[in-house]
Amino acid sequence: MSCCPGTRDLNRLPMIDISNIHKTYITGNNKLHVLKGINLKIEAGEMISVMGASGSGKSTLLNILGILDNHDHGEYLLNGIKIEHLNERKAAQLRNKYLGFVFQSFNLVSFKNAAENVALPLYYQNVKRKKRNAIAMEYLDRMGLKEWAHHLPNELSGGQKQRVAIARALIGKPKVILADEPTGALDSVTSQEVMDILTEINKNENITMLIVTHELDISRRTQKTIRITDGMITEIVKNEKIVMNVMS
Amino acid sequence: MFSIDRWQEIYLTIRKNKLRTFLTGFAVAWGIFMLIILLGSGNGLENGVKEQFKGGAMNGIWISSGVTSVQYKGLKTGREIKFTDQDYKLIKNSIKGYDRISARLFLGNVLVSNKNEYGNFFVSPSHPDYGYIKEIKVLQGRFLNQIDIRECRKVAAIGEKVQAQLFKGRDSIALEKYVNIKGVPFKVIGIFRDFGRGDDEQKRIYIPITTAQKVFYTSNVINQISFTTGDASPEEADAMLRKAKQTLARSHTFSPDDPRAIDIMNKSEDVRRFNALFAGIRMFIWIIGIGTIIAGIVGVSNIMMISVKERTKEIGIRKALGATPASIIGLVMQEAIMITGFAGYVGLVLGVGLLELISKSMPPSDFFRNPEANLSIALGATVLLIIAGAFAGFFPAMKAAGIRPIEALREE
Repeated sequence: MSCCPGTRDLNRLPMIDISNIHKTYITGNNKLHVLKGINLKIEAGEMISVMGASGSGKSTLLNILGILDNHDHGEYLLNGIKIEHLNERKAAQLRNKYLGFVFQSFNLVSFKNAAENVALPLYYQNVKRKKRNAIAMEYLDRMGLKEWAHHLPNELSGGQKQRVAIARALIGKPKVILADEPTGALDSVTSQEVMDILTEINKNENITMLIVTHELDISRRTQKTIRITDGMITEIVKNEKIVMNVMS
Repeated sequence: MFSIDRWQEIYLTIRKNKLRTFLTGFAVAWGIFMLIILLGSGNGLENGVKEQFKGGAMNGIWISSGVTSVQYKGLKTGREIKFTDQDYKLIKNSIKGYDRISARLFLGNVLVSNKNEYGNFFVSPSHPDYGYIKEIKVLQGRFLNQIDIRECRKVAAIGEKVQAQLFKGRDSIALEKYVNIKGVPFKVIGIFRDFGRGDDEQKRIYIPITTAQKVFYTSNVINQISFTTGDASPEEADAMLRKAKQTLARSHTFSPDDPRAIDIMNKSEDVRRFNALFAGIRMFIWIIGIGTIIAGIVGVSNIMMISVKERTKEIGIRKALGATPASIIGLVMQEAIMITGFAGYVGLVLGVGLLELISKSMPPSDFFRNPEANLSIALGATVLLIIAGAFAGFFPAMKAAGIRPIEALREE
């Protein structure tokens, strides 16, 4: 990862490369400048956490990286692909191919069982039903949820729901997993279990991970932590050691 | 667009919202049900009125002699016009494009007998073409022919009720036997059925007009001239009738505008008038029916709109996971078409069923019979349902496609 010009490894293409990203929300006469020139490079296989106070812009950054929202200014390259002025169809295809999402509130489809929820990204890749159900069962098995495959989300515990969501994020073999407070709705034991799973996936499958969190012990389990304050990256910490202080 | 997966998705959504789907479908089913009942009733009314036209070619024109009611060229009103064979020949030679033509003589109700069986029947001397003009169906033997006319044969075609009344028991077959008409024996050459209204039509006897003029001493008098207009257009048929009127007016010196000198029954004109009336009624019914269906469609559209609103988060999740706008539009529209189509068919089947029930249980009357919904109505309703479903789903689908995943995922 690098944050400044000149530190970039020219032989290796970053998985995520954003420079001078700005985002302003306009509601009526009010303008809210949420991101104020974010520069960030994340290499493939890195596991990064993003911390910051509420309203600092960390979720907005995650949404822009997830092509769920557009940036107003700056440049965003995902695996070398320029993300700019994409139509909805193209954006959906890129999300399906490159990205997996894990949300604080799980965001499972309430009337679909665990297996159907996990299989959903494959449905949009036009994988045949039999095949995608079999793959979904494999992923649920990896999460220790095979017996719960035919249960609806409201029949699962918080930890189980999040594991279903992780399985769903993984099933499309994404390059990047974006997790927005993945442990925010879980107790501390379950939170650690979920982090164990994410860490293992990161190590074994070399999937790049960006985790937005409020919890210090969650961020400590990632390789690096980015702190965002008032729409700007103010600090980057590596293995509990500050590698740079942007504000200083 | 119509994959099994999509159907499964729709099934899951419907299963989740059973009551809402039922109520939505009910509105459409009711609309189609009402449309079918209205159209079927319209058909019943039309069939009833058409029944009134039976017993004669739809393109037939009958001209009977009457009494003048307008002074013309110094001649007084109240003059009785008497047609003769000469008029028949004049009409035959002057009008162009007719199909069949016949003269008729009215002998009225005449005592007819077979041995000891007697009855009063309407004896109608005519030319052979009258069988065609009157749309008579010969059941046994034949109708009159040109040889009968030329040779003034004493032959008769009798209605099936005449046979039933005069030929009973062992002697029930009339063909080749003789009946006495006003004391003159006529050989029965045919038994016919007339599809005209009432029993009287079946109680007729047709004999050659030339024979009747001779044996009953009516000289060359005739009472009616009738002809069919073939494939002529309404304008051409009108021209033929105009020409016939002018010919007769000239021949008998009465005003062509005198409404009572001759009595005209123009069936094609009546049929045209009724067809125009029923076309209007049909259009009116479709307008009401479509109006009812539109109310149903608005209902479906409204419910789909609410459904899309309720499913905003789900749609957001789907989009985050890779659903394209086209797949979301397809999902919503297919659901709307499915609900509209299925419910509409239920309404269609119930409507057709009720019409069948009415048709079977209600005695046919002069003005309402056989209320039916024919294949073209069913096909029309099917096309209408698909269009209606697509229309009902279009706006909600566009709204769903326009949902931004980021906003949808924020929804609680």
